[in-house]
Amino acid sequence: MHEMSLTEGVVRILEDQAAEHGFTRVKTVWLEIGELSTVVPESMEFCFDAVARGNPLTAEAKLEIIRVPGAAWCMDCSKPVHVTSRVDLCPDCGGAKLTVTSGEEMRIKEMEVE
Amino acid sequence: MCTVCGCGDAKVDGHAHSHDHGHDEDHDHHHGHSHDHSHDHPHGHTYHHHDHDSDKDIHYGRGIAGVHVPGMSQKRIVQIEKDILSHNDDFAGRNRTWLAEHGVFALNLVSSPGSGKTTLLCRTAEALKSRYAIAVIEGDQQTSFDADRIRATGIPAIQVNTGKGCHLDAHMVESAIAKLAVADDSVLFIENVGNLVCPAAFDLGEAYKVAILSVTEGEDKPLKYPDMFHAASMMILNKTDLLPHTDFDVERCIGFARRVNPDIVVLQLSARTGEGFDEWLAWINEGRKRALAHKVALLEKKLAAARSSIEQG
Repeated sequence: MHEMSLTEGVVRILEDQAAEHGFTRVKTVWLEIGELSTVVPESMEFCFDAVARGNPLTAEAKLEIIRVPGAAWCMDCSKPVHVTSRVDLCPDCGGAKLTVTSGEEMRIKEMEVE
Repeated sequence: MCTVCGCGDAKVDGHAHSHDHGHDEDHDHHHGHSHDHSHDHPHGHTYHHHDHDSDKDIHYGRGIAGVHVPGMSQKRIVQIEKDILSHNDDFAGRNRTWLAEHGVFALNLVSSPGSGKTTLLCRTAEALKSRYAIAVIEGDQQTSFDADRIRATGIPAIQVNTGKGCHLDAHMVESAIAKLAVADDSVLFIENVGNLVCPAAFDLGEAYKVAILSVTEGEDKPLKYPDMFHAASMMILNKTDLLPHTDFDVERCIGFARRVNPDIVVLQLSARTGEGFDEWLAWINEGRKRALAHKVALLEKKLAAARSSIEQG
């Protein structure tokens, strides 16, 4: 979904950062993308290729995606469990009383610049 | 993948697909990596075609500091920890502040195409226009048909064509609010692009997202598009007049929606016949009252600050 706009958002943030920190080229960008986020990493990579190449700041930039696993707290089991989507049930008790605790990230973590 | 917006990874059932969401959960990412992190978290997931141990990769732990000779290389790491949507969220925050200060109750209507959003809005506008000011922002990829339909009811409407975009973003809405000259103490409806996927992630500054699902669609949509039903505060089941002609299972659908979002409010109505409409109008009215009360509180705060400034002066 909408990875193109998100990727444009990434490049815009990099431009702001370039102005702030005074660098001219981004070598690598690390994104944290949660397993439960609305982003498909492959799409993001595809779009990044399209968007980044046209910009001198990011023309040679490499995109690295760090996938953050989905995790939730099961209220019935009183323990953290792994989930891969919002509609998952607790893998142990099969219950639906889950509160997502991580995996929704869509974040630029850091970058290597020069 | 959608070649227009870059949406999604089009999965064909039965197709071998390189990424495996059920990746075995052994990988312990060292996500809390500190500054000298060696980026060698053992990604066990098979979908990932980056080989982190490849020499082609640039690793934090190797090189940089080691090879750095002043004047020779200026490579450095900048940690930013910024949400990808932060730019949109900044605009959304500004919209929300503006709406609060002006006592405007704003709703973001999301659904798949053809669920009856515009018919719902036309009937709502007819029912409420004598009571208070209403304005509509219409989002579509192309044409101004929807805005024309709204304007025909005598309500100010602005059409935002997203062109190739699959959703409205907060910046578009900011421009639309300014152009539309949204009245104080009014109700603003933002009809998003018909799409149950992308608009879920984009905050526009609205009070609530309202997801509209018609009974001619599948009752399993809340499970198929969980992000949207998770993001929405209300689900409207529209076209209930057609229920006798479909095998749509209302209770099952509500169960699915609650599984994704236990707090979701559900209304059943028909925008065509008006059945169930009173409850919808009452809900809008309550929301508008809350928006007004919030505006009054903000004004009182300002007033108190001004008074105390007189006393001090």
